[in-house]
Amino acid sequence: MTGRTDVPPAGGGAYGPLRRKEDARFVRGKGHFVDDIALPGMLHGAILRSPVAHATIRSVDTAAALAHPKVAAVITGADLAERGLAWMPTISADVQAVLATDKVRFQGQEIAFVMATDRYAARDALELIDVDYEVLPAVADALLAMAPDAPVIRDDLPGKQDNHVFDWAAGDKAAADAAFAAADVVVAQDMLYPRSHPAPLETCGTVACYDPLDGRLTVWSTSQAPHAHRTLYALAAGLPEHKIRIISPDLGGGFGNKVPVYPGYLCAVVGSMITGKPVKWVEDRSENLMSTSFARDYHMHGEIAATRDGKILGLRASVLADHGAFNGTAQPTQYPAGFFHMFTGSYDMQAAHCTVTGVYTNKAPGGVAYSCSFRITEAVYLVERLVDLLARELDLDPAELRLRNLLRPDQFPYTCPTGWTYDSGDYPRALRLAMDIAGYDELRREQAVRRARGEYMGIGLSFFTEGVGAGPKSQMDILGLGLADGADLRVHPTGSVVLAISVQTQGQGHETTFAQIVASELGISVDDVEVVHGDTDRTPFGMGTYGSRSTPVSGAAAAVAARRVRERARIVAAAMLEVAADDLEWADGRWQVRGDPEQGRSFAQIAMAAHSGLELPAGVEGHLDASAVYNPPNLTFPFGAYICVTDVDPGTGEVRVRRFIAVDDCGVRINPMIVEGQVHRGLADGVGMALMQAIVFDAEGNCLGGSFMDYLLPTSMECPSFELGATVTPSPHHPIGAKGVGESATVGSPAAVVNSVMDALAPLGVRHADMPLTPASVWRAIQGRPLRTDLAAS
Amino acid sequence: MQVNVTVNGTVFTREVEPRLLLIHFLRDELGLTGSHWGCDTSNCGACVVWLDDVPVKSCTVLTAMADGRRVRTVEDLDRGGQLDPVQQGFAECHGLQCGFCTPGMMMTARWLLDHNPDPSAEQVREAISGQVCRCTGYENIVRSVLWAAKHEGGGT
Amino acid sequence: MQVPAHFEYEKAASVSHALLLLARYGQDARILAGGHSLIPMMKLRLAQPEALVDINGLTDELRYLRVSGGELRIGALVTHAQLLESELVGQHFAILHDAEQVIADPIVRNWGTIGGSLCQADPSEDLSAAFAALKGSMVVQGRDGSRVVPAREFHTGPYETVVAPGELLTEIRLPIRTGAAGARHGSAYVKVARRVGDWPVGAAGAAIWLSGDTIADAGIGLAAVGARNFAAAPAEEFLRGAPASTQSLRRAGQLAAEHCQPVPDQRGPADYKRHLASELTVRALVTAMRRARTPAAGRP
Repeated sequence: MTGRTDVPPAGGGAYGPLRRKEDARFVRGKGHFVDDIALPGMLHGAILRSPVAHATIRSVDTAAALAHPKVAAVITGADLAERGLAWMPTISADVQAVLATDKVRFQGQEIAFVMATDRYAARDALELIDVDYEVLPAVADALLAMAPDAPVIRDDLPGKQDNHVFDWAAGDKAAADAAFAAADVVVAQDMLYPRSHPAPLETCGTVACYDPLDGRLTVWSTSQAPHAHRTLYALAAGLPEHKIRIISPDLGGGFGNKVPVYPGYLCAVVGSMITGKPVKWVEDRSENLMSTSFARDYHMHGEIAATRDGKILGLRASVLADHGAFNGTAQPTQYPAGFFHMFTGSYDMQAAHCTVTGVYTNKAPGGVAYSCSFRITEAVYLVERLVDLLARELDLDPAELRLRNLLRPDQFPYTCPTGWTYDSGDYPRALRLAMDIAGYDELRREQAVRRARGEYMGIGLSFFTEGVGAGPKSQMDILGLGLADGADLRVHPTGSVVLAISVQTQGQGHETTFAQIVASELGISVDDVEVVHGDTDRTPFGMGTYGSRSTPVSGAAAAVAARRVRERARIVAAAMLEVAADDLEWADGRWQVRGDPEQGRSFAQIAMAAHSGLELPAGVEGHLDASAVYNPPNLTFPFGAYICVTDVDPGTGEVRVRRFIAVDDCGVRINPMIVEGQVHRGLADGVGMALMQAIVFDAEGNCLGGSFMDYLLPTSMECPSFELGATVTPSPHHPIGAKGVGESATVGSPAAVVNSVMDALAPLGVRHADMPLTPASVWRAIQGRPLRTDLAAS
Repeated sequence: MQVNVTVNGTVFTREVEPRLLLIHFLRDELGLTGSHWGCDTSNCGACVVWLDDVPVKSCTVLTAMADGRRVRTVEDLDRGGQLDPVQQGFAECHGLQCGFCTPGMMMTARWLLDHNPDPSAEQVREAISGQVCRCTGYENIVRSVLWAAKHEGGGT
Repeated sequence: MQVPAHFEYEKAASVSHALLLLARYGQDARILAGGHSLIPMMKLRLAQPEALVDINGLTDELRYLRVSGGELRIGALVTHAQLLESELVGQHFAILHDAEQVIADPIVRNWGTIGGSLCQADPSEDLSAAFAALKGSMVVQGRDGSRVVPAREFHTGPYETVVAPGELLTEIRLPIRTGAAGARHGSAYVKVARRVGDWPVGAAGAAIWLSGDTIADAGIGLAAVGARNFAAAPAEEFLRGAPASTQSLRRAGQLAAEHCQPVPDQRGPADYKRHLASELTVRALVTAMRRARTPAAGRP
C-alpha cells in the first residue's frame, strides 16, 4: 500500500524518497561486517558458559584445554582478577562479572575464554575445561524474588541480604488518589510485558587488535555507540583513551542489543594484549539470546479512573521489574525505570502516579534494549490496554473513547502529570486518518455480521506518544556522559563535503539521510556529501544510536554544522561580490544579493574562493569547515495511531493478522521511504511480540528461548501487507523539525494487536491475556485459565 | 579430506575437515563473505546459497556434501557487472536496511523468478518464509521481488 | 560458534556400500542424508556420531516416487519438496501435500529428505503422523536382506526407531486402497503451529474410505500430542462401520484425545494439546470426508 498523507511533504530541497547510497554495496554482497574481518595471525575466541543458573564455582581447570595443539591461551576469572578486570561497570552503575570468579548467576554466564588458531578448535577446547559447580537454588520467577526465603543472588555486593535493586516513583500520589476517589469508574488489570530479545540477525562480536609497540588498541566491534564504548574501555580497563580506536563497521541490525559492552568484547581485548595477536570473538545465536541484553520483563498492575461519560481522570501503575542477575539496563542514569513514567501516554488527565521496583533474578542481565524508547513500550502497552478495558466497561467504542480523551492540538506544548513536556502534536487528526484508511465504520459493520455468524474478528487500536532523542544534558546522562552528539563538516575546495557523525547506523540509512540534511542546508547535491561514521578516530564524540536519537540529536548537529558552514560561506560570498554580508540572502542554494538575484554565488564557487587568493574578511580564516555539538533542549515527541484487524479461531486459538494500518507523525520526514521502512520493521516487531516472541525460563532458571527454534520471530507469512499513512507536525524546537521514528512502531504496535485479539474474543467474555498470544495462550484464555507466559508451561 | 567444489563457476580444490560447514568454507576458506550466518539452527536463512541450482541453508550443509557439486552465491548474482533485476529491485524498493539477510533473500528470489516469472505477493511471501528479516517487516522485500519480476529482461 | 565435533566421513557409492560402511563403523555411525535434522543436532553437540555415511549420492537407488504392487513407493532419499511437488502423490494422498505444505520451510524442504525425517523420529514429526494415518510401511535394509515394518511399529520411542545399527531405511510404502467398488477415499492433514515453519503444537492426519453413507475404514495419525505410535487406533476402530456423520467424527475426536498422553512443552500445555488432538482429528476427518465425497477435486 502506498503511504497516504494529508499534508504535503515538508523540508528542504534534498528531502524525499531518495534511493539509499549504501545499497550499492549491500546488494552486491559487499557489506562489511565484523565477522568478515580476517587479520593475519588472528586468533578465534570462544566462551565457556554456565550450564546452570545459580551455582558456586569450586574450581576451573583449564589444563586440558591449554594442551590442545591449536589453543594459544585460556583466560579465566582468576586471570582477570589479577588485572582487576574480573568485574566491569554496567551502564546502570552496577557491576557485572566479565568471567565468573565466585558464582554463576544466570544460565549462560561467562566462565572462561579460549583462544585458538581456528574457530572450530576454540569450540572444541571448551569441552576440555573442567568446572566444578555447587548448584544453588535459583530465582527464576520475579514474583518470588523478594520472598523472605529467596536465595540472595548478589552476595558479591557488600551487605546485600535480598534481591532488591531499586524503588522508583513518579507523579503525584495524593493527586492521583484523589482523582480515583472522585471517579465513577475504575478499571484495573494485571499484565505482563514478557522478556523479549532484540535478536538482530547479526550477533554481537568483536575483533580486538593490540599493538604492544605503540600501545594502541583497535577494536572492530558491533557497537551502536562506538565513542561511549571507547570511554568505557578506558574506564573499565584502565587503558589510555587516546590510544583506543573503536571501529563499528556495517552492523547487521542492532535494535538496542549492541549498546552495551559485553564480557566477550573485554575478553577479546585482554586476549589480544596477552597473546600479542588480533583476537576475534563472535557469539553464536544461543549466546546472543541467552546472555546479551534482553528487553521488557515488566510485571505491571495498572488502574484507570474515569467518569461515567468517558472522561479519563487518572492513572496508577505499580510495576515489578525483572532486571536479571546484574543491573545492566541501559538508560539515562537518572531514570532507573527508563521513561516508563511517560505512561499517561496521549491522554489528557488530571493526575497519575507510578511506582517501579526492580529485582534481581537468576536470568541474563540487560533491561532496556529492543527499540523501546527507554521503556515507553511498556508504558504505551499499559495505558492502551487500560483504555480498551475502560471502553469495554463503559460500553463505548474504543475509538470514540480515545477521541474524547486525546490531547487537543491547542494544549501543546503540554506538560503531562509526571512532568514531561510534549513538544507538538495533532492527535485526533492522526487517529481520524488511521480510521479513514482502515474504513473503521465499515470494519465494525463487518465485525457485527461475522459475530452473528459465530466468527471472531477483532479490531484493535492503539495510540502512542514517545519521547525520543535523549536528551538534555542537564536532565540526563549515562555514567556521567551527557547525551549530546557532535558533527564535523569539512568542505573541500570544489564544494563537495564530508560529514563526520558520532552516531552509528545499523540499517537506518544514515549515509543517505544525513547527506540529505546537509545537501538541503547547503544547496548541493546529495552525491556531493560523504557521510563518515563508526570510527572513533575519524568522527567527533557522541553517544550513539539508540532511543531513536540519531535524527533528533545527531541530525540536529549535522544541520547546525551545515548552517555554520553556510554562514561562513555568506561572509566569503560577500567578499566575492563586494557587498555587505547582511545584503545577501540564501535562495535556491546560493547566496545572492537581496533584490538582485542575478548577483549570487553557488556553494561550490564560494568553497573554491575560500581557498583562493581572495582577501577574506574577519570571521573566516580559510576553509568553510564547521563543527557542532547538539545538546537537545528537550526530547521530541513522535506519535501515531495504529489499527490492527485480526481473525481468531477459537477452536485452536490461532490468530491471523489480516490488516495493519499505521499512521505515524514523526515531524518532518527527511526520507519518507526510509521512514516507512522503519515503520514496517516496528510493525513486524508488534506482530512478533504480541504473538510469539518471548524468552521463557523454567523453575530452575534454564532459558527456554535459547535458539530461533524456540525464540520465534515473525516471518513473511505472519506479517500482513502494512498500510501506512502520515501526518506531519514539526517539532518546534528541532532545527529541521524532525522527531525520530526508529522505534515508534515497535512502541505502538503490540497493544494494537493484543487489543484486536481481545476485541475478537469479547463475545467469549475474555478480558485480557498476556503476550505472547500463542495458540495455547489464546485457547487457555478462552477457557478462563490464562497461561503465565514467562514460565515453562505445565 | 579433499573436496572439489565449483563455486560461482570456478572449481576450488581444498583440503578440509569433514565437519566444515559449507557457510564457513565459503566465508573463511574462499573469502566469499557475502553469505552470512545468523542462527546456527537452519531457521534464519541468512546463509542461503544455491547448491546444484537449488537454494539451501549452507549452515546446515557440510562442505563434504558439496564435493563435486556447484555452489552459487550472491557474489555471482550480477551479470558482468550489470546488476541482476533482483538486486536492482532491492535497491529500488528499499528491500533492505541492515543488509544482513539480503544476500540470502536475493538468492531465493532469483530462484523463485527462474521458476515462476510472475509470482503473486503471496507466492513471494511463501518463498521467503524460511528466512528472517529483522528490518523490513518483509513488506519491501515482497515489493522488491515483484519489481524484479516486472523488470526482468529474460531469466538467467 | 556452533560447529559439529570431529567425525569420520564416508561417501557411500551404493546402498550395499553404505551398509558395508555402517557395518564397519558399528554403533556410532549415522547415515547422512539431507542432514537437516542431524546436522543441527551435531552443531548443538546433542549428537556426536563417530562416523557419517553420506548417502546423498545414491539418488538412482533411493530417490524415486512410483506406484507398484498397489502401493505408492517413496525412496528414502526423496526430498520434502519432491513429495510436495509430485502430482502422483497428490493424486492419491492429498494428506501428504497438506502435510508437506506446513513442514519446515521451502528452503529446508529442498534438501531435507523423507527418510531423514522419519529416522530422526521426533515425536512431533508430521510425516510420521501422516504415514501412520495411511497405514503405510517402511522397508529397512540390512546386509542380510530387507524387512518391511508397519509404519505404526517403526518408532520405538522419542528419537528411536526399529532401524538397528548397520541398517538403512530405504523405502516408504503407502497402500493405494481403492477398496470395494463404490468406496471413495479422501485424506487431509491439519496442523497448529506457533508460527509458520515451526514444529506442530499438535497435528492430525486423517484418511477415510466411504461406502455409501458408511465409513468403511479410517486412519488417524497424530503428531506432538503423545499418541501411541502416532495413531489413534481406538478412534479408527470406532469409525469403522459408523455412519458418515458429523456426530461420528466428533466422537472419534474425543476418543483420539482420550488416548493421548501429551507432554507439556513451550509449544503448549498438556490440556491444550489434548484439546488439539480432538479438535484437529475432527477437522482432518471433516476435510477428508469432504474430499471423499467430491472426487472432482482430482482426488480419488
